[in-house]
Amino acid sequence: MELLRFTTAGSVDDGKSTLIGRLLYDSKSIFEDQLAAVQLSSERKGLQHVDLSLLTDGLRAEREQGITIDVAYRYFATPKRKFIIADTPGHIQYTRNMVTGASTANLALILVDARKGIVEQTCRHSFIASLLQIPHLIVCVNKMDLVDYSEEVFNKLVEEYTEFASKLDVTDIRYIPISALNGDNVVNHSTNMPWYQGATLLNTLETIHIASDYNHIDGRFPVQTIIRPHSDEYHDYRGYAGRIAGGIFRPGDAVTVLPSGLQSKIKSIDTFEGPVEEAFPPMSVSITLENDIDISRGDMIVKQNNQPQVGQDIDMMMCWLNNKPMQPGAKYYLRHTSREARSVIKEVVYKMDINSLQRVSNDNTINMNDIARVRLRTTQPIMFDAYRKNRNTGSLVLVDEATNETVAAGMIVDSHVN
Amino acid sequence: MHKYYLNHLQELESEAIFVIREVVAQFDRPAILFSGGKDSIVVTHLAKKAFWPAKIPMPLIHIDTGHNFPETMDFRDNLVEALGVQLIVGSVEESLRKGRVKEETGLNASRNALQITTLLDTIEEHKIDAAIGGARRDEEKARAKERFFSHRDDFGQWDPKNQRPELWNIFNGRKHQGEHFRVFPISNWTEMDVWNYIMQQNIQIPSLYFAHEREVVYRDNTWLPASEFLTLREGEAVEKRIIRFRTLGDITITGGIESEANTLEKIVNEVSAVRSTERGNRGDDKRSETAMEDRKKLGYF
Ligand SMILES: Nc1nc2c(ncn2[C@@H]2O[C@H](COP(=O)(O)OP(=O)(O)O)[C@@H](O)[C@H]2O)c(=O)[nH]1
Repeated sequence: MELLRFTTAGSVDDGKSTLIGRLLYDSKSIFEDQLAAVQLSSERKGLQHVDLSLLTDGLRAEREQGITIDVAYRYFATPKRKFIIADTPGHIQYTRNMVTGASTANLALILVDARKGIVEQTCRHSFIASLLQIPHLIVCVNKMDLVDYSEEVFNKLVEEYTEFASKLDVTDIRYIPISALNGDNVVNHSTNMPWYQGATLLNTLETIHIASDYNHIDGRFPVQTIIRPHSDEYHDYRGYAGRIAGGIFRPGDAVTVLPSGLQSKIKSIDTFEGPVEEAFPPMSVSITLENDIDISRGDMIVKQNNQPQVGQDIDMMMCWLNNKPMQPGAKYYLRHTSREARSVIKEVVYKMDINSLQRVSNDNTINMNDIARVRLRTTQPIMFDAYRKNRNTGSLVLVDEATNETVAAGMIVDSHVN
Repeated sequence: MHKYYLNHLQELESEAIFVIREVVAQFDRPAILFSGGKDSIVVTHLAKKAFWPAKIPMPLIHIDTGHNFPETMDFRDNLVEALGVQLIVGSVEESLRKGRVKEETGLNASRNALQITTLLDTIEEHKIDAAIGGARRDEEKARAKERFFSHRDDFGQWDPKNQRPELWNIFNGRKHQGEHFRVFPISNWTEMDVWNYIMQQNIQIPSLYFAHEREVVYRDNTWLPASEFLTLREGEAVEKRIIRFRTLGDITITGGIESEANTLEKIVNEVSAVRSTERGNRGDDKRSETAMEDRKKLGYF
């Protein structure tokens, strides 16, 4: 059974909570006492039906305001797959939450209200999905019951979205007409839309091919910590613990340790269960080398014949996550793989108007939810790839030196690409 | 099928190991909060795997309410010995003696809330800067938004409005003096995942999880174990039943279910069939719909 992580996005009232509630309910992932609580709340609110959207309502403040304001994670499983939903709110201010939810997702579910069609928020969410390089996108045209299950309405929306999406960097886009409220095409095929021959939403989620979402080409192993047992049996054991961030490693591979540039060969790849012949993302292992060389946390073990960029000047797309605006010239801690460095934002190349997808120049003020292309200089070299090539070695966060809060997310771009 | 892929349990395991190693790398004095329940047992098992062939490089902390199942204590002591790790015990009895807390009285009195003070005192006394726990996001609504690295202010409190965004697998453990973190490596696991993993890895768990005959009292839709701490109310009687526990905690509020499941296979089958969340049998969550959130803010696990 594989694990699929997906994120959901839509404007307020497009039916996101109802859809998630429906998926949980129809896949029997709701427990009796949860359902009883929701039934009770629905009655208290004077509703005729059980409001499935209450199932995914989170903290008290949100319940009071009636909107979700943070990323909430939900779980359900079918015999075919286990799913993790990063449920992110559609509210205008919360770009940062969608960026957070999207960062670990294999797939994005974008909800569109069949009556309203593609709106500004649809474009914004799609842009974020593309910016975060979510490999698969499903556009759910919801509330089909309110447009008489019309094929024409659906086709027109598909056409419109396809045209808009040509500007994005997403290759796998699918469209499904649904009614979250009634369940059409969510888990079961809709008898109301015989014209739709495609897979249901759940079936699509269960079968979409995700095994190739990881980078299996460029060998990257950021060292997290060193394992030294100091026991009699393992007296000289020195294992480099970490999670494979890219490529496939095997014993005997010629490797280089960055940033020192020292070279060695992989002696063994160890796990608690014993040594393995191959290690690939996202496995957690510990690697031993033939030579005793000085390696510490933050170093990266890479294949000799395929190395990342090593440098102190970083070009990236950045989403600002904090209330406090970016301070020009201020220094931030930078966290990238297992490495930390100090950094300063040298230049705002342009800001992105995510409604029009236009670039805005000559505006250096960066507030929460802003997305911008920036240049950064670090105090120490970091070893990186373009985010497009590898989400693990191409991503970073910035941390405020005074508050220690995580203030920005960065996706590294090749500096010669615009 | 692609050759280079992990199944869901392998992926969750790898994620948890990554998180545990990250804690040891980023903090000076981490510890594992060990309750004796299956989730903290799984976390401890994962920590063992994360640092093999070295020992787990941090102590286990057990908050002893004084109202324990004897089985839990034996289990704890055996495990600590097998792992060769240090055990730190924080005692609620001692907090009571020192006047740090006051025993609850009344019908639903328990020591669950008192644990918070003892836990925070223990964390402070031992200068623990990261406490690893076995909480999962699927357990309760308020936990669905919990981070892997959950920041606590210098009063040990959790501010749901001010949690750091967590992106990719980059965890930010920076903190000021006096603050600490709670870390939840199995955030993304469900109850089913935990049971399947226990079965697959053949992890030892306390006998209380398996169906056994026990003296119990029926109260609030659940079977409470008879113990020296339980006072019978009018109309109540001690009976013998075949029960098992789905979660373990303070003996005074942990209810069991009637069950014949006396092997891991049977438990997994039962869990996948039973449609009520596991905390449903713990008295403390029933008090109000937002009870968990309120206690979390105060520094509960
Ligand atoms: N007719 C109809 N109403 C729907 C459908 N899906 C959701 N709704 C209703 O739309 C409203 C907003 O839904 P909700 O799930 O709360 O939207 P969210 O803000 O995107 O989470 C609620 O009144 C739902 O009952 C649908 O497929 N058909």
